[in-house]
Amino acid sequence: MKPFLREKVPVNFEDVPDTTSFEAGYLVTKNAGWRNVRPVIDTAKCVGCLNCYLYCPDGVIFKKDGKVAIDYDFCKGCGICKKICKVQAIELEAEK
Amino acid sequence: MAKQFLSGDEAFAYGIRLARPHVISAYPITPQTIVVEKLSEFVEDGSLKSEFIHVESEHSALSCAIGASSVGARAFTATSSQGLLYMAECLPYAAGGRFPIVMMNANRSTALPWNIYGDQRDSLSQLDSGWIQAYAENAQEALDLALLGYYIAENKAVSTPFMANLDGFVLTHTYEVVDVPSQEQADEFLPLFETENKMSLEKPKNLAFSAGPDTNSIFKYKEHIGILNAKSVIAEAEGKFEAIFGRKYTGLTENYQTEDADYILITLGSISGLVREIVDKLRKNGEKVGLLKIRYMRPFPNEEIAQAVKNAKAVAVLEKDISFGNEGAVYTNVNSALQKAEINIPSSNYIGGLGGKNISPQEIEDIFAEIKSGISDIKFLGIGGV
Repeated sequence: MKPFLREKVPVNFEDVPDTTSFEAGYLVTKNAGWRNVRPVIDTAKCVGCLNCYLYCPDGVIFKKDGKVAIDYDFCKGCGICKKICKVQAIELEAEK
Repeated sequence: MAKQFLSGDEAFAYGIRLARPHVISAYPITPQTIVVEKLSEFVEDGSLKSEFIHVESEHSALSCAIGASSVGARAFTATSSQGLLYMAECLPYAAGGRFPIVMMNANRSTALPWNIYGDQRDSLSQLDSGWIQAYAENAQEALDLALLGYYIAENKAVSTPFMANLDGFVLTHTYEVVDVPSQEQADEFLPLFETENKMSLEKPKNLAFSAGPDTNSIFKYKEHIGILNAKSVIAEAEGKFEAIFGRKYTGLTENYQTEDADYILITLGSISGLVREIVDKLRKNGEKVGLLKIRYMRPFPNEEIAQAVKNAKAVAVLEKDISFGNEGAVYTNVNSALQKAEINIPSSNYIGGLGGKNISPQEIEDIFAEIKSGISDIKFLGIGGV
C-alpha cells in the first residue's frame, strides 16, 4: 500500500517528528523530477511475468486491477525495465 | 538489599539483571567479557528472562539492540575499545533514532600498539556520537548506573542512548563489596519501558527513515535538546534513586573540598579515588586543594564546572586521553566551560594512564605542586621512566 503523499514535506519545527520512527510517508513527497524518459507499458503485450518488478531499483512497479503498472511519483526513468522485459512490452517516451 | 563481593563487570551485570532488558546482544571483548558471560549465565539459570542474542561482531551487537529498541524492547549491549570503534558506525544511528539503549563500555586503550589495558581514549573519541556518557568511579556506582541509565535514557524528553563507562581492569576486574538491591526495589525505581515505537499492524511506521536538507537540521537540533534535557532528568532520577536505595549521587559532577580550594584537580573515572586521598593528605598539611570529578561528559557540565572553580587560583585536568595534535579532549571541554563563564585562571592538562600505565600518588602530589606555579601547560605522565 502506498502511503499518503503530501504536496510538500513538513519543514516547520513543530511539524517535524521527534524521532525517526513515524507514520509512513510523512516526510516523503513525489520524487521523480529529474526523469527524462518515462517507461510506458503496452498492456496488450505484457504477459505479467513481473520480471520488471524484480529488477526495478526503485521498487515502483506494482499491479493495478490485475495489470502491471508504474508509479510515476518515484520512477527515475532509468530504463532497466525496458531492457529486462522479455516481450518488449515497455517503451521509453521522452518527458515533455 | 544484599551485600555481595563483586567485580565492576559483575556488578554491572547484576544491575542489568535488575533492569530486566527484553533483549541483550553483545560480543565479548577484554575487559568487558565478564559482563557478557555473567548475563548469559543469568539467562541460562532462568534468573533473567531476556532474549540473549549471540552476534558475530560489535557492529551487529549494536545493530541488534537498535532493531529491538525500535519496536519497543528494552535493549542492552556492552563493548570496549576496538569493539566500540567497530560499532562506531551504529552509534549515531542509535542516537539519531532516539533509541534509549544502555551500553556498558569497559574503557580500554586503542591500537596500535596493541594493548588491552585501561585508558579512556575509546569512549572520549566518541563524544560527538550523540550518546549520554557517564563515568563510574567504583563497582557500586557501576551497578547503580545500569538502573539510572535506563531511567534517564527512556525519559520521553531525553530518548537518548546511555553509555556507562568503567575503567578497564581497575574497575572491571577488581572486587569490592557491593550492595545489590532487591528486584522489588529495582522495579519500584525503574518503570516498564513505555514507547510509541511498537510493532503494530494497526499503526504501521516508517522506521529509521531519511531526512533531506530541508528538515535534517531540525532533527539534529531536537537530538541536541534531548541530550541537554538529560541534565534535569539525571537530577530527578538520582532523587528517586536516593529515596529508594539510600545512595546519593551528585549529578553531572562531584565536588570534593572545592568550596575554599585554591587549586582544583579535575578528573573522571576511577582515578578520582586516589586524587581524593591525596587531597585529604595535602589538606592535613594546610594546603587548600580540591577535586572536581566529572561524572558525565555528555551532557557536559559547563555550569557545574564554572561554579565549582570560580574562586580557584588554578586548575588542572588529569585524563587518560589525548586528541593527537591538540590536547586531551576533557581539557578542551573544561577550558570551553571556563571561557564561557569568563573565568580566566591558569589551566593545565596532565595526560596519564595511557595503555594502563599506573598513575602514582606521588604524581598527583606533583600535579598539585606544579599548578601552583601559575603556568598553563600540557604534560604527559609516564614517559620519563617513573
